[in-house]
Amino acid sequence: MWSAECGVRSTGLSFPIPHSPFRIRDIVMASYLIRRVLGFVPVLFLITVISFGIMHLAPGKPTDAAMSFNPKVSLEARQRLEKLYGLDRPLHVQYAQWLSRTARVDFGRSFLDDRPVTEKIVERLPITLTINVCSLLLILGIAIPLGVTAAVRPGRWFDRVSTVFVFIGYSTPSFWLALFCIALFGVTLRWLPISGVHSLDYEAFGSVHRWLDMGWHLILPVGIAAFGGLAGISRFMRSSMVEVLQQDYIRTARAKGLPERRVLFHHGLRNGLLPVITILGLSVPDLIGGAVIAETIFSIPGMGRLFYEAVMARDYPVVMALVTIGGVLTMLGNFFADVAYAYADPRIRVGAAESR
Amino acid sequence: MPRLFRNRMVLAGGVVLVLLAVVAVFAPWLAPHDPLGVNLADALLPPSAAYPLGTDPLGRDVLSRLIFGTRISLVIGCIAVGISVVVGMAVGALAGFYGGWVDAVLMRLVDTLLSIPTIFLLLAIIAMDPAEQLLQLGRLPLVGGLIAGLLRVVDPQIVILMAAIGLMSWMGVARLVRAEILSLKEREFVLAARVIGCSSWRLITRHLLPNAMAPVLVSATLGVGGAILLESLLSYLGLGVQPPTPSWGNILNEGRVALGVAWWLTLSPGVCILVTVLSFNLLGEGIREWLERQ
Repeated sequence: MWSAECGVRSTGLSFPIPHSPFRIRDIVMASYLIRRVLGFVPVLFLITVISFGIMHLAPGKPTDAAMSFNPKVSLEARQRLEKLYGLDRPLHVQYAQWLSRTARVDFGRSFLDDRPVTEKIVERLPITLTINVCSLLLILGIAIPLGVTAAVRPGRWFDRVSTVFVFIGYSTPSFWLALFCIALFGVTLRWLPISGVHSLDYEAFGSVHRWLDMGWHLILPVGIAAFGGLAGISRFMRSSMVEVLQQDYIRTARAKGLPERRVLFHHGLRNGLLPVITILGLSVPDLIGGAVIAETIFSIPGMGRLFYEAVMARDYPVVMALVTIGGVLTMLGNFFADVAYAYADPRIRVGAAESR
Repeated sequence: MPRLFRNRMVLAGGVVLVLLAVVAVFAPWLAPHDPLGVNLADALLPPSAAYPLGTDPLGRDVLSRLIFGTRISLVIGCIAVGISVVVGMAVGALAGFYGGWVDAVLMRLVDTLLSIPTIFLLLAIIAMDPAEQLLQLGRLPLVGGLIAGLLRVVDPQIVILMAAIGLMSWMGVARLVRAEILSLKEREFVLAARVIGCSSWRLITRHLLPNAMAPVLVSATLGVGGAILLESLLSYLGLGVQPPTPSWGNILNEGRVALGVAWWLTLSPGVCILVTVLSFNLLGEGIREWLERQ
């Protein structure tokens, strides 16, 4: 196990820390995390600039869209609305105001129905998170066994067949697959529901029945959302595992007579999974993108569909909020991936400390 | 070069892509019907001798529309990737070569664009209706005439699509080029070039970038497949290529409406996209393998 002494030696901290409640590994880890968090600050800033830019690069004034729903709006009312959104101020003042409101999770009101944007997003968040978490679990549940099995005997029939499937999967438009599943399972076979998250008589069900009903409705959307990431991650798992299995410590483990099962899962898989953590963090935008497609096609009232509807209706406060939230979620994903990686692999946090 | 075509992936992908290019170039001669010819009497006919892949709700021949759609998909895919390669190489070369704050600023921009879901940015850009803005550019002095002329030949919506997809997908290339240049610039031939008095511009364009091209080629080939997928998705959502111009994506959109009635409208465009993207992916992976052997 990773010990404090070892940390002292390899981080170059030659002095002991007397009476400190923290072990050196904690301090190294903490300083690593703080540096990662600071690294996110400029990116966060740029995300807000881009979100803000979307609204202000659009042709016409953003309030035009709000007005077009009501032709009777007078010039006076228009000016009032512009004042409300601060559109009569210089751009940098508008940005500062928007940023300070955004920092307090206040994204203003929707142009469409005048409800607070935050409220609209919060009520749609759970279903999108459910779809994303389920599809992520599905991806891991399929991609890891697939990648490992292919990597154990590279070049043999299972590896070849799975490579072919991965290639085809990688090239298949997921929205087309969704249409196909709707036609096959929904229209022809009538096995699965094809839109929404509840049956029509949902209100009459008991609580267990309600959960089952929702799960029933989510099978196709989750499957489609997972499909997009499956090919890439299983391919990645395979190559990572192939590389690990060529290492000397695997040969050592085999040489000292460990059962193959233990070599594979204890020595091999634990190391082979490490790079996959990073890829998972990086795949958050793809997951969100997959949710947009799945929710739009299956008429699921989640964040992705909200975004599509907001874009179509030029509901800029909602668009800006969702772009910001999408970016922030991705950064959180990357951050947790970094933390998990540094926790799992001491070489990372020490290496990062030494490179300073 | 002949060794390259001994790679089975390159061969398979390349042959299919050459065939598709031929179809795209000779579309007017290959299509059995007018892709825009509305004939309501023949609406939603299943595949038959007259219409090998059936007809759509307006009675247009699906095969002819697919053949013309090949043009749109290949052109948008290739030009979008062209844009992303040019931008990516420029950004990557600047960041890698100059380092310091130039590198820091450009790479933070790359991180940012990578952290916002591509589909969010694309939808947001396209929904701003930039085609209108583009038409306004035709009024500019000097370049205005050129732009107006271009827009008379090419649909502004398609220009927007190519630009938007290209500008949202250069980040991978930029990272690749930056990494290559970081390692290349420590090499001795760069020092030698400096000693004989090469300018930075000449060093980058003549010595560094040509040596960094191999991974870019692989990434660009794979990128065309990705760009075609994005284009068809946007067209499917009704934000890409606008009807009546046929594209694989907007044929699928029509197929969605007639899902339980006309399976042929959904099957064939999807297979076209799948085969095309698969060929680009095979070609890209094949080239990667070939380069690794070299």
